[in-house]
Amino acid sequence: MEKTLNWREFIITRAIKASGYSAIVFVALIFFFLLREGIPALVEVPLSTLFGVRWYPIEEYFGILPLVTGSLIVTIGAAMIAVPFGIGTAVFISEIAPRWLREVIKPLVELLGGLPSVVLGFLGILVLSPFLRQFLNLPTGLTAFTGSLLLGGIAVPTIVSIAEDALDSVPHSYREGAWALGATRWQTIWRVTLPAAKSGVLTAIMLGVGRAIGETMAVMMVTGNAPVLAIHPGSLFAPARTMTATIAAEMGEVANGSAHYHVLFFIGMILFIISLIVNVAASSVVFRARKRAERVLS
Amino acid sequence: MDKIVVENLSLQYSDGTESLRGVSLSIRAHAITVLFGPAGGGKSTLLRCLNRLNDLAEVKTVTGQILLDGENILDPKIDTIALRRKVGIVFARPVVLPMSIRQNLTYGLELAGEKRRSRLDEAVERSLRLAAVWDEVKARLDDPAIALSGGQQQRVCLARALALQPEVILLDEPTSGLDPISTGKVEAALQELKKEYTVILVPHSVQQAGRTADYAAFFLQGELVEYGDGKTIFTAPKEKKTEDYITGRFG
Amino acid sequence: MKRIFFLNRHLTERLGFGLLTLMALLTVIPIVGVVVYIFVQGAPAVSFEFISGFPRDGMRAGGILPAIIGTLYLTIGTAVFSVPLGVAAAIYLAEYASDTGLTRLIRSAIINLAGIPSVVYGLFGLGLFVLFLKFGTSILAASLTLSIMTLPVIISTAEEALRAVPQAFRTVSISLGATRWQTIRRIVLKEALPGILTGIILGLERAAGETAPILFTGAAFFLPRLPGSPFDATMALPYHLFVISTQVPEMPVQVQYGTALVLLFFVLGMNLIATAIRSRARAKRQW
Repeated sequence: MEKTLNWREFIITRAIKASGYSAIVFVALIFFFLLREGIPALVEVPLSTLFGVRWYPIEEYFGILPLVTGSLIVTIGAAMIAVPFGIGTAVFISEIAPRWLREVIKPLVELLGGLPSVVLGFLGILVLSPFLRQFLNLPTGLTAFTGSLLLGGIAVPTIVSIAEDALDSVPHSYREGAWALGATRWQTIWRVTLPAAKSGVLTAIMLGVGRAIGETMAVMMVTGNAPVLAIHPGSLFAPARTMTATIAAEMGEVANGSAHYHVLFFIGMILFIISLIVNVAASSVVFRARKRAERVLS
Repeated sequence: MDKIVVENLSLQYSDGTESLRGVSLSIRAHAITVLFGPAGGGKSTLLRCLNRLNDLAEVKTVTGQILLDGENILDPKIDTIALRRKVGIVFARPVVLPMSIRQNLTYGLELAGEKRRSRLDEAVERSLRLAAVWDEVKARLDDPAIALSGGQQQRVCLARALALQPEVILLDEPTSGLDPISTGKVEAALQELKKEYTVILVPHSVQQAGRTADYAAFFLQGELVEYGDGKTIFTAPKEKKTEDYITGRFG
Repeated sequence: MKRIFFLNRHLTERLGFGLLTLMALLTVIPIVGVVVYIFVQGAPAVSFEFISGFPRDGMRAGGILPAIIGTLYLTIGTAVFSVPLGVAAAIYLAEYASDTGLTRLIRSAIINLAGIPSVVYGLFGLGLFVLFLKFGTSILAASLTLSIMTLPVIISTAEEALRAVPQAFRTVSISLGATRWQTIRRIVLKEALPGILTGIILGLERAAGETAPILFTGAAFFLPRLPGSPFDATMALPYHLFVISTQVPEMPVQVQYGTALVLLFFVLGMNLIATAIRSRARAKRQW
């Protein structure tokens, strides 16, 4: 019974293995390209300007701080909305809602996650922004806050689905133990179930926030696109501009190879690194939680 | 008359557990050889070595030889596909493939290249008869196999292994989930099968070992403790450990 | 004293549950509201002429056929590149890879790809496909960019679908003389297919709705003709909606809503198909 080489199987197996490695190749490729086109910005633009407070490309002012603070304020605002609503809805779905309601709400939240952000931005311009302008008596409805509201809506599905999964995987015996000791369902949720799902919930929040930072179209359409340094609380209700919106708005008009071009790539690089950090942090949370669980069980 | 000869077989898994230690054993053809002993003894591991199914597990080192008709099947140059057609296996839980009964049985043959409808149909009937389940399923061969009862499914799994007309049949606790009637049917089928095939069985109880064995080997923690004739080993074992296990003093 | 304490706890629970229910409703009702509102406002604009005609009068009248066709082309283009690669990678992870450092690196790469902002993909696409490889602003460049973006979704859902197939099937298949690939092709892939298909459709649905990756890689504002080759630029629904709602003065609101409605149909339609496949498969499953 001598073994013979099956050529077809060999080629297919090789192709499959190569496809497996492709993800690494793409990440490296993206990083390399961003670096290649972004690093020149550090050379072409004096650092004091690059990290300065004026973003006015027409006059060669490439200070990215207003953009960074713009992203920050919109994202923080979004997080303050999305985290309570997201976790709250996740807890509702997983712990409180009856079976039939769960089957209704889950697909609806999934639906929200599938809505193209340009559609949300569009509604933001036509409906949300005029409403906020009237309701809050603002000079314009295109503000960071409007962006935060939309971003919150975009981040909520991510938070809900991951957090709900995490809550679902808490063994039922935990809850039963708490009830046997006389705790109400409410107390059980906050003192037993949620802490047990801590790492998953934390991951959900991080990935949701990560999604918010990276969002482009919706924020571009409703935040007013004013690259103003957003450092006081009032800035929330004034126009702002995020890093993502800047790239989207200005990339179409730059000359290939110009300083402006390189700075936009530089901003892209920063966004890439931010998402990398968020993902590494989220993975390490999961990793450490798993290590802790292994220690407890062994 | 020795179908399989195991020579000094030792096996270690990658997590460090030593599953088999210097096992040497001869398996007679056209007989039922029973490998029995408490859990962790290495019986299932030995079984899976006999058709190289252990290649799928995380095995670190394997030393020794296993000769099937004189050829060492642990040799890396061996065609494991052909080996597995020669040495069939039935597992502890009935695992029917997610297809019809007929397709379950023809799966192995189609892989081997058999396309002729007549040959396939003939193999289906032949194997189902051998497994003592033909009468129960002949009217619904194209129904999903999952619709059968546990006992029927397990006999279909036996038929599935027989469809390839192997020379050796390995059975790893085949009746562990089955009711006594189904168990009886399987054991009766084995008695018929041993006339044509070599049967190696890991029983799920000492009683089953006693009922079915022509030859029996007692395994304890990876080592072969005693091997002997089926009649004598259960009534007058030579080793103390064997006797202690059979009489229920440990297990 | 005890009784008050008892009441207090249950009161807290009632209030707490009420609050969470309110939150869930506040999350869910706007979703329904959004869809209904767009439908109500946009349906009057969607006529046969709307979906089969070309834009007139600077986008303010006529139809949006080129945008619809463009989105179709982009979706197909994305599928062509991302599906084979993504499914193959998923097969690798589920069936061949062992738990080594390299495998963990691959998995973290996939997670990272999933987290990259869509506009950064647009930049990358511009840098690599449009400029470096000189494909120009084209369906090809945009599809390639969208493919890389869609890859993580396809890989993770496909891998999950493959892993859901019971391990016992593989063992049985091998014991009957099958090779690894034969086992995958005849049993694992076949049983995982509905799950994989669902993942593919969900991934493509996202790609169809994205604007930022195609902004500088393939989208054009107005083209007099439908694209004739992969090297042509194209109009696309999401980009079209973006432009008419932000950059066309005196744009009739109803046309805007109509465009949004068509895009929603496209995306939600795919969602429905994916869900239908998923439930049908679950019912027919033989394990």
